[in-house]
Amino acid sequence: MATDSDKDLQFRDPDTAEELTERLEELMDDIGEPVDVMHVCGSHEQAIAKFGLRSLLPDGLSVRMGPGCPVCVTNMPEVDEAVALAEDGKVVATYGDMFRVPGTARSLEDAKADGADVRVVYSASEAADIAAENPGEEVVFFATGFETTAAPTAAVLSDDPPENFSVLSAHKYVPPAMEVVAEMPDTNIDGFLAAGHAATITGYGLFEEFVADYDIPVVVGGFEPLDVLLGLERLLEYVRDGEAGLENAYPRAVSEEGNVQARDTMWDVFETESGEWRGIAEIPAANLALREEYAASDARERFDIDPDVGGEDPLTEQCICGDIMAGKADPDGCDLFGEECTPQNPVGACMVSSEGTCKIWYEYGGQPDL
Amino acid sequence: MSETEDADGTEASGEVVTTAHGSGGGQMRSLIGDLVLSRFEDAGDVGLHDLDDGAVLPVDDDQSLVVTTDSHVVKPPVFPGGDIGRLAVAGTVNDLAVMGATEPLALSCSLVVEEGVEMDFLDTVLASARATCEEAGCSVVTGDTKVMGSGDVDRLVVNTTGVGLVPRGHHVADAGLSPGDAIVVSGTLGDHGIALLSEREGFDFEGDLESDVAPVNDLVAAALDAGEVTAMKDPTRGGFATSINEMVGKADVGAEIDERSVPVADSVAAAGEVLGIEPFDVANEGKVVFGVAPEDAEDVLAALQDQPLGADAAIVGEATADHPGRVVLDTGLGRRYLTEPEGEQLPRIC
Ligand code: SF4
Ligand code: SF4
Repeated sequence: MATDSDKDLQFRDPDTAEELTERLEELMDDIGEPVDVMHVCGSHEQAIAKFGLRSLLPDGLSVRMGPGCPVCVTNMPEVDEAVALAEDGKVVATYGDMFRVPGTARSLEDAKADGADVRVVYSASEAADIAAENPGEEVVFFATGFETTAAPTAAVLSDDPPENFSVLSAHKYVPPAMEVVAEMPDTNIDGFLAAGHAATITGYGLFEEFVADYDIPVVVGGFEPLDVLLGLERLLEYVRDGEAGLENAYPRAVSEEGNVQARDTMWDVFETESGEWRGIAEIPAANLALREEYAASDARERFDIDPDVGGEDPLTEQCICGDIMAGKADPDGCDLFGEECTPQNPVGACMVSSEGTCKIWYEYGGQPDL
Repeated sequence: MSETEDADGTEASGEVVTTAHGSGGGQMRSLIGDLVLSRFEDAGDVGLHDLDDGAVLPVDDDQSLVVTTDSHVVKPPVFPGGDIGRLAVAGTVNDLAVMGATEPLALSCSLVVEEGVEMDFLDTVLASARATCEEAGCSVVTGDTKVMGSGDVDRLVVNTTGVGLVPRGHHVADAGLSPGDAIVVSGTLGDHGIALLSEREGFDFEGDLESDVAPVNDLVAAALDAGEVTAMKDPTRGGFATSINEMVGKADVGAEIDERSVPVADSVAAAGEVLGIEPFDVANEGKVVFGVAPEDAEDVLAALQDQPLGADAAIVGEATADHPGRVVLDTGLGRRYLTEPEGEQLPRIC
């Protein structure tokens, strides 16, 4: 993907950034009223926070955070299942971000501290390698993530993985969640900045129906700071024109079709089912479950998982992750932010994952009045 | 500490120490503050409570003794660009240097070795420690060796203590910034931390990621000769982000840093992006952050750039009277706060 055209694009060029910011000002002047757009990807929030982009946005333009982090939306009972498997002597491999997410009673980190074998991996194939190297052990990959990671998990499963390898799927599928958010009565979103990574797999064409059904513009955006500004510019154009269009502002990575092979493999292995997204809602068709053909590699089928479910922590009840991911609140609107809840002592999942809005705000100093 | 009460008679919390307490951020400070500082009184011009890189103890009217100590554990113990022996010597020499003691008198070196460790490995580490001593112009004059059972310690812990002299009153604390002071760094940031993380995680990045571990006493001496250095710190654990925040916090000033002028090697920046780790948040083992009186900033910079280890030195920002205790980073696009990293740096999910 890194080609000469990448170099030419100058993703971080301040002059282009200034031009784009001026365009945003003009568009906001034309629109003449506040605009709320939502991104649905933790990496977008990362780029915005890391490069201080909010300090550049014109007054009245608010970029809200959506359910953009697969770790944050993983439901606590799903974590409990993984913890139960680890405590039951399975080797549990998972992404680094998942390691410290609190379940109802404990996190995988707690289990590891008590002697469970929990390993951090960077890919599904690395988890399968651990299984191949440890034929005497049951290795379970606690698989989280949206399309971007679901496709590679599917590829590993369809490629004859070791017999002692199985998957505990907490994979999620983004488009239905966007529908739920678009329908929320108190979330008034004027447009979506869709996740470029996920669209690399699924293709931007996928959003056509959504745009038509919900009469709302969608722009697929990349993750360099200028990508984000460009995506916002396109969105504001639609808002100004009162149009609900679909645009790909990330053509160097995303096509209309997506990665057909990866997508086909993903749907060969997974099917959607209804599930609870942490703090948000029960979302129809937004969880990715293993199809029956893959039951042998499905940890839920293979093991009798009996999670140790804890009582609701009173602090957790104060956590407003759900509102934040629905675009209704900012992290510093949470009473626990930075006090009871820090990256070291996270109350909600949003404070754990590097894609979690609370963690990102904490790490990059929030939205300072500079 | 007893089961239910600690020495002050307050109730025990049942809390345990986690690796996060060791990664240099706010948690570590509260651990040290609660358990250590409350029990010992200060002595000298710079003491324990200053939480500086070392202590400064007056010897007579002319001279003060600088003392510092550090235990070193590193995974892996031999890494691209160095090993634990070099790290231990350089780390201690550098802590002395950033207090102003650029000619270390002597070091002690204690080894805690796990049973089963190969002799060849120890040999390599000690040879490297010796070579680094020669580079820094000092020697190990006392030490101790303990062998622990297998599993009781992870291969090798090296503790080094160093002593040096400064003319009385001429030590440099890390708390000396005033508004207007230039912030100068001696070279590219993040090399050690990113190299180690990449090695540990088994990433095979193209291009050379190598630790910057080196004694910086000559570099610091050159800076001190060239102008008025108001504050110094070596940005080890917690990286530049932690050091600069500590410096502004202690001095109760703010700082503005221009991200584009901060030297970061391309390979380090690229690997950092893949890992999702900021080069500003990870350790350096051969770098110095200086506060310099504004009129001397260019001279100090030139003196640093003349040194082999200072070729990439740069003025990266200045101390301000605004937003005391906080560091604003101008990213070249927008502006945000540069905060300290907390806890272990874990690579991201995607
Ligand atoms: S998986 Fe990738 S595209 Fe999806 S939310 Fe995470 S970073 Fe964004
Ligand atoms: S600050 Fe913590 S408790 Fe509050 S919403 Fe964020 S994750 Fe939840």
